[in-house]
Amino acid sequence: MLLGFKLRYFFLSCLLLVACSEQPLNNPYPQVENNEQAILYSSFSERPRHLDPAKSYSSNEFAFIGQIYEPPFQYHFLKRPYQLEPLTAKKMPEIHYYDDKGVRLSNKAAAKDIAYSDYIIQLKSNIYFQPHPALAKNPQGDYLYHQLSTPELAQLKTLQSFKQTGTRELIAADYVHQVKRLVHPQISSPIAELMKQTIVGLADYAETIKGQPRSALTKNEILGVKVLDKYSYSIRIKGKYPQFIFWLAMPFFAPMPWEADVFYSQQGLIEKNITLDWHPLGTGAYMLEENNPNLQMVMLKNPNYHDDFYPTEGEAGDKEKGLLKDAGKQLPFIDKAIYRLEKESIPYWTKFLQGYYDASGIASDSFDQAIQFTGDGELSLTDNMQQKGIQLQTAVMSSIFYMGFNMLDSTVGGKTEQARKLRLAIALAIDYEEYISIFMNGRGVAAQGAIPPGIFGYQPNEKGINPYLYTWQYGAAQRKPLEVAQQLMQDAGYAEGIDQQTGKALILYLDTAASGPDDRARLNWYRKQFSKLGIQLVIRATDYNRFQQKMQKGNAQIFMWGWNADYPDPENFFFLLYGPNAKAITGGENAGNYQNSEFDQLFNQMSNMPNNQQRQKIIQRMQAIIRHDSPWIFGLHPKSFSLYHQWYQNLKPNLMANNKLKYLRINAAEREQARQQWNQAIWWPVIALLIVLVLLIYPAVRSFQHKAKKTIS
Amino acid sequence: MFNYILRRLLYAFPLLFGVNVLTFILFFIVNSPDDMARMHLGQKHVTEQAIDNWKQQRGYHLPLLINSEAEGVDSIKKTIFYQKSLRLFVFDFGNSDNGRNIGEDIQQRMWPSLAIALPSLMLGLILNISVALMMVLFRQSYLELSSIVICIVIMSISSLFYIIGGQFLVGKLLMLVPISGYDTGFNAVKFLLLPVLIAVVAGVGSGARWYRSLFLEEIEQDYVRTARAKGLTETQVLFKHVLKNAMIPILTGVVVILPLLFMGSLITESFFSIPGLGSYTIDAINSQDFAIVRAMVFLGSVLYIIGLILTDISYTLVDPRVRLN
Repeated sequence: MLLGFKLRYFFLSCLLLVACSEQPLNNPYPQVENNEQAILYSSFSERPRHLDPAKSYSSNEFAFIGQIYEPPFQYHFLKRPYQLEPLTAKKMPEIHYYDDKGVRLSNKAAAKDIAYSDYIIQLKSNIYFQPHPALAKNPQGDYLYHQLSTPELAQLKTLQSFKQTGTRELIAADYVHQVKRLVHPQISSPIAELMKQTIVGLADYAETIKGQPRSALTKNEILGVKVLDKYSYSIRIKGKYPQFIFWLAMPFFAPMPWEADVFYSQQGLIEKNITLDWHPLGTGAYMLEENNPNLQMVMLKNPNYHDDFYPTEGEAGDKEKGLLKDAGKQLPFIDKAIYRLEKESIPYWTKFLQGYYDASGIASDSFDQAIQFTGDGELSLTDNMQQKGIQLQTAVMSSIFYMGFNMLDSTVGGKTEQARKLRLAIALAIDYEEYISIFMNGRGVAAQGAIPPGIFGYQPNEKGINPYLYTWQYGAAQRKPLEVAQQLMQDAGYAEGIDQQTGKALILYLDTAASGPDDRARLNWYRKQFSKLGIQLVIRATDYNRFQQKMQKGNAQIFMWGWNADYPDPENFFFLLYGPNAKAITGGENAGNYQNSEFDQLFNQMSNMPNNQQRQKIIQRMQAIIRHDSPWIFGLHPKSFSLYHQWYQNLKPNLMANNKLKYLRINAAEREQARQQWNQAIWWPVIALLIVLVLLIYPAVRSFQHKAKKTIS
Repeated sequence: MFNYILRRLLYAFPLLFGVNVLTFILFFIVNSPDDMARMHLGQKHVTEQAIDNWKQQRGYHLPLLINSEAEGVDSIKKTIFYQKSLRLFVFDFGNSDNGRNIGEDIQQRMWPSLAIALPSLMLGLILNISVALMMVLFRQSYLELSSIVICIVIMSISSLFYIIGGQFLVGKLLMLVPISGYDTGFNAVKFLLLPVLIAVVAGVGSGARWYRSLFLEEIEQDYVRTARAKGLTETQVLFKHVLKNAMIPILTGVVVILPLLFMGSLITESFFSIPGLGSYTIDAINSQDFAIVRAMVFLGSVLYIIGLILTDISYTLVDPRVRLN
């Protein structure tokens, strides 16, 4: 009886606790996190592999290290086309050109005369690193944790176990140290080989440092990278390479204090997974407070962050959109950013709708819930989304997904008119508008050339269409009818897909890394597109590694690939078609092994030019050449759809900047109110279920009791 | 008994060696060291030199099983298999191909796996036995018939449906618990309620039917008839005699899976974003991290062998007639 009373009391207490709780029951965050600070809630689906700026080279990693590490330059948050501006640098770099005898040339010197270019970078003073134990010193000025003893190491579990932290001012030597790190064999930087070919003396330095520990990085110098004084340094590169400035805006060229390498090289720390690849050390607006990618990653505002202000000017229309409300205000606005692990899209989407994430993409499963097509074919948010005050932002990505022809192949490759017409016919038959509609919910734009929108050289509207495949009608590009493709097939000697010389059906082979069950429908669609011309398409699906090997050896006939811009310059797309980069010949990125001497010559000319009318002309000529030769079926540029809650402000798509977090603003009070309103627990179905269960069991229990009490009569 | 356990442990060595060789061969049939390097180096600017450097740094430049260029013992020692596998036998898992200490990762990630697996097992056991006993108690009534039908329906539905359906109903529509996620300490409870509930409900169909058949087998025994003849009530017969005797297969079935609880659940952890060992293994397979795959397969084999030994021991504990020799 007493036990029964206690149990009832316990359950009543639990119910009261639940009823009195201020927080919704489904709130995944602790109470302390709410309403006190401006916290951003976001997620990641795959843990970042690297947080070392020398190693990291993917967008999910840049999302973190872009906030922590500061290269000397950054992209302007609001201005378009994309513009670089100084970040830790005082001004844009001074660039000096020299001939092969070391004589300085004028800034207008021809590219062929330039043997070296010096980039001289001056830094701002009074920039300090985040608080970190690697920089902690004792009163005598010695580093506290650079030579930890075994008993000291035994007591440490995480980076937070260190009692003291320190900081110091950012100096030019930190940038030079990072350049050295790019070629250290233990670090395996993805751009090591590229930079060895670019920076003077880096290849020799790599040989010198081979087999030596990271702590030895400070003992040797690179011929072409020099500290000029405390706040300035220079990088000498081979020839003229104007795109090098874009590399200087990437985390690869962010500063790294030598102390970090010495501190993290201690074996005892490595064994406890306390490494630089896991615990960054930067000067950026944020520092990584918690790195548990199995659960969450937390970034806090860097208390030592230098003066940095929200831009005071943007492009036309930014003011009207409220993007300049914070003009001139000290950055950053958000105190803390919490990134939670979310592997599946359904829970992520649900939490976004419940207000527990501030932004979300749109997975295919949720597309119909979020987006509707209006009568005139325009996209808009559904009523449900609009009622919640959710905003939609779309942006065409600086990427291209294309289908390439191996130009070394005897059927589809080569410079013959027959092969060219065959390629054009296929390009015309593959209806990418249909593909975008069926497989991407309209989230893409059919490509007219190699350059995506937003990159210098891209031409919209009628001027920018591919005249071999499209005509301009009713204010839009219209794909030419299939009859044109069939005529091209006939001209090429493959009328109705039959090789006129052999009398056999034309069979072509598509190599792809898309081999999952989800890809089957897409691949069938491709088969159907080819069959419009009577061509039998054989799909050779394999994994990405095998696919790369095939491409390396030039064994593929037709293939599908893509490219995401490293930087906003047409050179970063045209180099995929530049002859000397042929993959099967030199191992470069020209996967189709396309060769055209005029294109190559124009590429060399265009690469070394500033963005002006003349460059625009050359780019258009280059586009015309590849449209004519058709080494690629240009495919599509994907379009990103992002949803944001109304309390998330200062949002503008910027596909180049990695350090956007510092500009964003959160209205925490508004979010808290919405969460309370949207997440009222519903109890009645649980109670109803319990009643049903009792009603089901009760008659049986009564009958059993009756049976048990019965005596033999 | 000591000799028996020692003998079983010695048998384990060739078994583990075999598992190791098999894992090694299967892994490298599918992935070459070049593939692994490409996967880790990303998609852009990957040169042959970069691939060679990566392999050299991690010891994947050596031949796989036999080094024909080396002489004597070195032809075995200077191979990837020897360098990467020998230390496993002293439970030194080494570093993952990303450079992280695997032992540390396993220690950290086994707790979330256990936090789901243990309550799911215990609550599942209690519920399954209770339902089975109820079915036996009310046998030949509408309650037994409807319970069997419900059990079969529950068994017939994919576990993925329970996960997605549970998240939709409890997390999204009723808003009673967070739909996914995890936290440390006491805060983890609210995240565990739903996955544990789903695991228990999804398992009740097969579990209850299995235990029911055990109880029905016992209930036909002579000692049960004797107990009834003594005047014991049906509940006394069931709880004091039938349950006790049916515990032998129940206990042995549970003991064998106890060590494997550490390994976590692949699907549940992935859907609920729980950072356990199940998702650790899946991630390693996806990223072609041989070091982790090898360590997890080895650990799984060791735990399974321990489970089997514990099962044998538990036989002797619950049934004194059984002797280990």
